[in-house]
Amino acid sequence: MIFTRRRSAALHVAILAAGIAAPFVFPAHSVQFAVFWIMVLFALTWDAMGGQMGYNSLGNITFFGLGMYICAITQIGVVYNVGEYTAANGAINVHFTPVQYFQGLTLGLVLAAIGATIVAAILSWVLLGIRGPYYAIGTLGVAIAAAELTSTWNWVGGGQGIAMPVFPGGPGMRERFFYFACFVAAILCYLFFRWLYRTRFCLAVNAIRDDEDKADALGLHTTRYKTVAWSAAAFFLGIAGALFGNMTGFVEPLETAYPTLTFGIFMIAMTLLGGKGTLWGPIIGATVFYAMREITWTYLLGWQYIALGVLIIVNVVFFQQGILGWVKSKRPEWFGVKVEEEEKPRREAARPVTTRKAANA
Amino acid sequence: MLENVQILTGAPVFNIQLLLNGISVAAIFALIAYGLGLVWGVTSVKNLSQGDMVMTGGYLAYELGKHGVHPIVAIVPVAAIMFVLGWIVYRIIIRRVIELDLFTSLLATFGMAITIQQSLNLIFGPDVRTLKSGFGNFSFFDGSVDITQIRIIAIGLCIVLAIAMVAFLRYSRMGQAIRATAQDPRAARVLGIDTDTVYALTFSLNAAICGAAGVLVAMVWVIAPFYGIGYSVRAFVIVTAAGLGNLAGVIVMALVLGVVEQYSGFVFGAQFQQATIVSLLLVILIIRRLALLQQRRSLQ
Amino acid sequence: MSDPIIEVAGVTKAFGGVVANRDVSLAVERGSITGLIGPNGSGKTTLFNSIVGQHPIDSGSIRFEGREISRMGVQKIARLGMLRTFQQTRVFGKMDCVENMLVSLPHRESGWLEMFRPYPPELVEKAEHLLEFVGLYSKRRLAAGSLSFGQQKLLEFAMALMNEPKALLLDEPTAGINPTLINGLIDRLKRANRDYGITLFVIEHNMRVVMNLAQHIYCMAFGKVLASGAPADVKDDPRVIDAYLGAAA
Repeated sequence: MIFTRRRSAALHVAILAAGIAAPFVFPAHSVQFAVFWIMVLFALTWDAMGGQMGYNSLGNITFFGLGMYICAITQIGVVYNVGEYTAANGAINVHFTPVQYFQGLTLGLVLAAIGATIVAAILSWVLLGIRGPYYAIGTLGVAIAAAELTSTWNWVGGGQGIAMPVFPGGPGMRERFFYFACFVAAILCYLFFRWLYRTRFCLAVNAIRDDEDKADALGLHTTRYKTVAWSAAAFFLGIAGALFGNMTGFVEPLETAYPTLTFGIFMIAMTLLGGKGTLWGPIIGATVFYAMREITWTYLLGWQYIALGVLIIVNVVFFQQGILGWVKSKRPEWFGVKVEEEEKPRREAARPVTTRKAANA
Repeated sequence: MLENVQILTGAPVFNIQLLLNGISVAAIFALIAYGLGLVWGVTSVKNLSQGDMVMTGGYLAYELGKHGVHPIVAIVPVAAIMFVLGWIVYRIIIRRVIELDLFTSLLATFGMAITIQQSLNLIFGPDVRTLKSGFGNFSFFDGSVDITQIRIIAIGLCIVLAIAMVAFLRYSRMGQAIRATAQDPRAARVLGIDTDTVYALTFSLNAAICGAAGVLVAMVWVIAPFYGIGYSVRAFVIVTAAGLGNLAGVIVMALVLGVVEQYSGFVFGAQFQQATIVSLLLVILIIRRLALLQQRRSLQ
Repeated sequence: MSDPIIEVAGVTKAFGGVVANRDVSLAVERGSITGLIGPNGSGKTTLFNSIVGQHPIDSGSIRFEGREISRMGVQKIARLGMLRTFQQTRVFGKMDCVENMLVSLPHRESGWLEMFRPYPPELVEKAEHLLEFVGLYSKRRLAAGSLSFGQQKLLEFAMALMNEPKALLLDEPTAGINPTLINGLIDRLKRANRDYGITLFVIEHNMRVVMNLAQHIYCMAFGKVLASGAPADVKDDPRVIDAYLGAAA
């Protein structure tokens, strides 16, 4: 089963069709499906930094929360005074006309994406030269600090949080709307990284991952790549956060916006599970992880997070290549990789050598 | 915030309180950081679950306390249990990630951190717990400055443990083997040192240290399933600033951290604790970076 | 007519208590092949590291094409056109040879938008051409990490050529290479120097290679420059002989 262009196109269409049909076939699960697409986005964005570039950020969730808050503030701010709204602790019930709501939402999404991107660019500069474990713990610290600082900032609701504007439209419509919003976000994210990994960017960041000092010695502008990678990830994470905040209807710093110990970890776990450093690895990982999570949450209640921790350990220790990596090693032909290249040098000039197709169809 | 600063300048005696508090927490931080640095230096594993191992020690003492064991007495059995647990964890997990790349070992310990946190949460519930040591307070300056006796005892115990560790590393054969392995594992192997045992011992020793520290933490403050990460970050800050194998630096940095934390908690409010520590971490990381650049630029 | 492309003047570098380079001064002529010899521990690799900006120097001056570079970092110096190869060969193990070559493109003129372009076929062709030059064409689609040590050295050399440097500092290029292949390497080094105009500054322990290759040699010992001159002269210089014998004793 080689991944020819036709098979790959068929796969894409199938997923697209399934994605479009899902909320209509299983309307009660719309929100869960929406979260699934957010997970895919999580995995893809984390992989860009961690898998492709080797900069394992433990705090990418910062941009998720940032986007969420920026969007929330914008949505409320265009109609009402944010400080008063949050101070009233939900007592004020602002009426948003549909036009106001969607304008606010659109503007909120745009600002969330831009805001997150700018913060990522700044953080790249702040954390410049910090690598490896220091980078990991530094980013983790940033996420923890973000959660804490937000909890103390009363203007954005402090620890109490912000109640989001109500979606204008019937109950079913709301779920469907945000499902498709998340679906589209995930698709855009996928398309972006699919394009990006076909440019010079991909090899350059892989070089940074494999040997950053060597990349330096060749004159690569490593700083530029790091900034772009993180900013791109932040862009999509900001959007995801904005959507998620609206979906849950309530934005709160520790559990919703900056869940370092849940979503923040899921990002990493999913990517590792599926196979980091590939385009489809994170997607596969997100799918499997999500399915497993849905199952274990019902049957292993109370134990699910322990299972998560164990999963990470097992993955890291015994199964580093992830699902995609494992499949590649068992069936390299599927990915167009020729295993043996024992060609005689003398005959070489005449015979063209088979090229390697990228695993990303 | 400003009023708090005014209190400090207006009534200097409060500074003494903060300093004393800072020093007492510093002792425990230093111990935890020392263990982290030990494992890091010898095995190159950056143990992100350090703080959670500390919590485990505290909870073990709590369990023993339910059977009537006084916390201070519990330190020995807790350390022993943690040693064994550390050995088991080494055999199952750490041994396999030592020779692998940086992030793999980091993630493995991160996974351990999560597993431990959630296990503690499941077993003991999310509430904070503390251990009553039954000691009283010392009071100075007509009650303006107050320090619980247990803190003094904790400082003493930390010093004892630190001296024991240093003596062990310097004078015992195994200690020398550990130091040799830290410098060059391959050379150590060539000399016939079983590096696997050295690694196991180092990790288990660290676990024991964490266990003891955990009991102290439970007595001096509180323990809770998710508080571990704060200690991990603090230990990391200290080790990063002090460098590996630098016990004096660890102590100094721990003191700085302890005092800064107390002051910032007083002036800015306790809610900013994590943010303070993280800011300190980032500042240290950036300073390290800048120092290197500065060295470049300072040439004529 | 003297046209030094690299000028090292009074460079001192110490690590802790050990003075690795003590007041070292030398000059590498543009377009030449210059050798750097000396017993182990004489400070050769440290000097290389200082020149390419791997670490700052304690005092002295290093000029590349007349420009002071002692305060610059590795990246910037590489973009100015001075590269080095490593003693423990460094290539990107997980990528194949062609990809290693593509990453080694010169980045001098790159703007921010360059990174978003794909690699045009001409560049792939150039990469393959250079791989052929070093004799790795048949292995070009294999992962670099799976090559033998000698092959990785050749790849590293090819990557350096791809980067179009003006000067290339080679740290023991023939170490670990099968003796029968050394001639081929010497030949390629000479061709790179002649056809591409790349100045070569080579650390070498293999006397036969140095005599064959270099036009001018510096000998270092105990962190200082001991002797300099044409290969034949330096080889017979009693101080040089002493240094090697002394180090062996």
